[in-house]
Order: sequence, then C-alpha cells, then structure tokens
Amino acid sequence: MRFVDEYRDGGAVRLAAAAIKAAQSRPWSLMEICGGQTHSILKFGLDQLLPEALTLVHGPGCPVCVTPLELIDQAVEIAARPEVIFTSFGDMLRVPGSRESLMQVKAEGGDVRIVYSPLDAVALAQANPTRQVVFFAVGFETTAPANAMSVWRAHELRLDNFSILCSHVLVPPAIDAILGAPDCRIQGFLAAGHVCTVEGTHDYEPLADKYHVPIVVTGFEPVDLMAGILACVKQLEKGEAVVENAYKRSANRDGNPPARALVRRVFETCDRAWRGIGVIPQSGLALRGEFAAFDAARRFDSSHIKTEEPKECIAGQILLGRKRPSQCSAFGQQCTPEHPLGAPMVSAEGACAACYGYRRTA
Amino acid sequence: MCLGVPGKVVSITRHEVGMQMGRVQFGGIQKEVCLSFVPEIQVGHYVIVHAGFAISQVDEEEAALTFEILRQMGDLAELTDTEATPGAVGDALR
Repeated sequence: MRFVDEYRDGGAVRLAAAAIKAAQSRPWSLMEICGGQTHSILKFGLDQLLPEALTLVHGPGCPVCVTPLELIDQAVEIAARPEVIFTSFGDMLRVPGSRESLMQVKAEGGDVRIVYSPLDAVALAQANPTRQVVFFAVGFETTAPANAMSVWRAHELRLDNFSILCSHVLVPPAIDAILGAPDCRIQGFLAAGHVCTVEGTHDYEPLADKYHVPIVVTGFEPVDLMAGILACVKQLEKGEAVVENAYKRSANRDGNPPARALVRRVFETCDRAWRGIGVIPQSGLALRGEFAAFDAARRFDSSHIKTEEPKECIAGQILLGRKRPSQCSAFGQQCTPEHPLGAPMVSAEGACAACYGYRRTA
Repeated sequence: MCLGVPGKVVSITRHEVGMQMGRVQFGGIQKEVCLSFVPEIQVGHYVIVHAGFAISQVDEEEAALTFEILRQMGDLAELTDTEATPGAVGDALR
C-alpha cells in the first residue's frame, strides 16, 4: 500500500537508527504521547534499535485507557436498557467497568454493536426510529470532527433518537499537566501526527517555550517514528526546544480548517477527568448547550451508579510515565489482555497490553 | 484509536444532506468515506482516513522529501560505513 509500505522499509529504519546513535552523546528520555505510536514502536521493535541511553516513555494517548470508570459504568447502564442500541468503536467493549464491561452486557442480550464510523450510528438511528441509538463518543482531537459531524447530521435530520455519550479529551492540556508535575523526567515529546493533522501544531508552541522541551510532530509508521525521534534527539543535543514537524505529508501548523470549524460549532472545552490521572482543567470537549438534546448523559439518568477502581491497578502511574508496566505486581499475573484489571491492558494501544503482547517485560 | 490509514480517492459523490462522500481504495478494499473535511479533493488524490472521515490530503511532495533526506543520509553512511546500508536499502530508497 502506497504511503505505508515504504515507511516500513527495514533499511530506511536502520539508517535512521544509525543517525540517532551518531547524534546522541548522553542519556535522554522522550515520551511518545499517542498509544498508536506506542503500539508501532513495540510491534516493530524500534525500541530495540535505539541506543540504551535513549528511553522512550509511553504516554497517556489512548482514549480507551483514559476514559473515566464512571463513564464506562454509565455506558454499561445505558447499553443494558431494552430500548437502546448502544454503538461504539470495538476497543471500548472489553474495558472493565466496576461490575461488568459492554461485552458482558452484549453477552447477556444487550443490543451493543461495533461501528466503523459514528455516521454508521446515525444511519442506525434513521433505520430504527422506535429505538434509542447511543454512540460512545470517546477519543482525542483526531476523532472529534467525526463525532461532531455525527451530531451535526442528526441535528440536520432532526433525529430525536440519536445521542452520544461523550468523553472527548485534548492533548496539549495533558502535556501541560505531565510537564508541570514536580517529578517529571520527560525531556522531549513526540506529538501525535493525526491529532496535529486536525488541530495543527500552534497550540504546542507555548508549551515548548514554557517548559523548554522539544516537541516533534511524528507519524505512526516505523520510518516516521525514527525520523521524529532523530529530530527530537538533535534538538536536545543542541539545547533547542521548538515545535518541529516530522509528519509534513499530513500535518501542518494550521490543521484542517473545515474540521476545526465544525468541532468548535458542536463542542466547547470543559474540565475533564482522565482515568488514573484525575481532572485536568480545560482538557475535554463537551456538547454546546444548543446540542444538549444529543447528550446521552442527560437523556438517560444514571446518577445512582457507584464506581469502584480495582486496588491493584497502577494505571495512573503508567499513564503519566512514572512506572513501566513491568513494575506493576499484577502485570501478566492477575492482569492480562484476557482478564484486564485496568484499561491500559485492554486496548492494543495501551502501554500494558502492548508490552504484554510484544513481550517487553523488563 | 487515532489510527489513520492512507487511501486513494476513486470516486466522489454528493450525499443528500450536504455531506460530500466518496469511495477510497485501501490496498485491496474500498470503503465509503466522508470527504467533507477535504473539500478540494479530487479523484486520484491520496487521503488519510480516520473513523470513516478523510482528515487530510497526503502531501506527495513532502512525502518524497522524507525519503530524499534519508537517501542523502544513506549516501553519507555508504561513504563512512558500508555495514549500515545493505544494498537493498539504497535500492528501496532510490
């Protein structure tokens, strides 16, 4: 496939690895924000090609991992209602709630369906006027235009049986929270290429200045990742700290203007709780007041739900890069992808599942 | 979840409620994709698709540039260290 195969060329990756080795003179710690990048790094073994003194810390950029337990419980409660068709991207189904997951609701007869696009959920609402169709709208900036369009379209079609359960999160406030923590040891960031494709790169410039860290917008294929790491190491070695774009074939400084405009038309920023981390100010998107009719959290009362996190899980420490998955006593023991205790073991993009799947146990 | 897959636009249609849709080819399969966020797109262009939506047009000049930089690095490496650049690499990049 064009724009995929050539970015997986082993020779090109080794060339970049040699250039990183040649550029590095002392230890550095970089964080890749995006779970998709974590997955690629471990799947293709890029971590094993890097110098030992270069540490990659896996960041919180996995929507499955950071969606609060309260919301999973709310989704489970709504999905179990007989009038509801509950729709979601596939990887949310296995996330354990306090009592059960969406997959278990489905096994018990709930109408839970996996969709490829939120527009598929809108089409289901059109086709099933007597049922309530709810879409589990989680994700980062990349997914916000798709979810905004689903609400906009339902609004235009005057659908009264479509709503979203929304837990959208934003990357720059999370980077701010990670760098602002007193014990932060991250020296450079690989920013997420598709987040920046939608929202542009300018929001990262104040962060690079404030904390004096290089932030390199990076793609997802092996060659992209190595190019991003190389650019970040070169900046660190020179003492520079600017926003640099190593994914120019898709991302630019201004992002995608029509997509951004629709996101701002439908959503507004809000304080948002991140699972395992806590509330980060202005780090989420919520439906604007005029679209409140499409808010599943308002349509279905679930104020009676009691949530409880499993005690053994150290997901918060993992998501902030303070601990590695192998430092958790439950990792690979009580907690496996088949029986996950916490969300980072569920999604293929979660640091725990990626480390487990590709046998990084050190 | 921010997975974006590059594909080639093979047709553009207009949807009844003002949404621009089209078919995009990914390797061996085609899918219906919303093209409303790439209004300038034409058949034959490559787009990055996420959750059924094209979020960008692939900039082919920038894509070529990445490999030009790597190719130059390869030429430099060949001069200093033949081990770092197996023959197939250079071929793949040229």
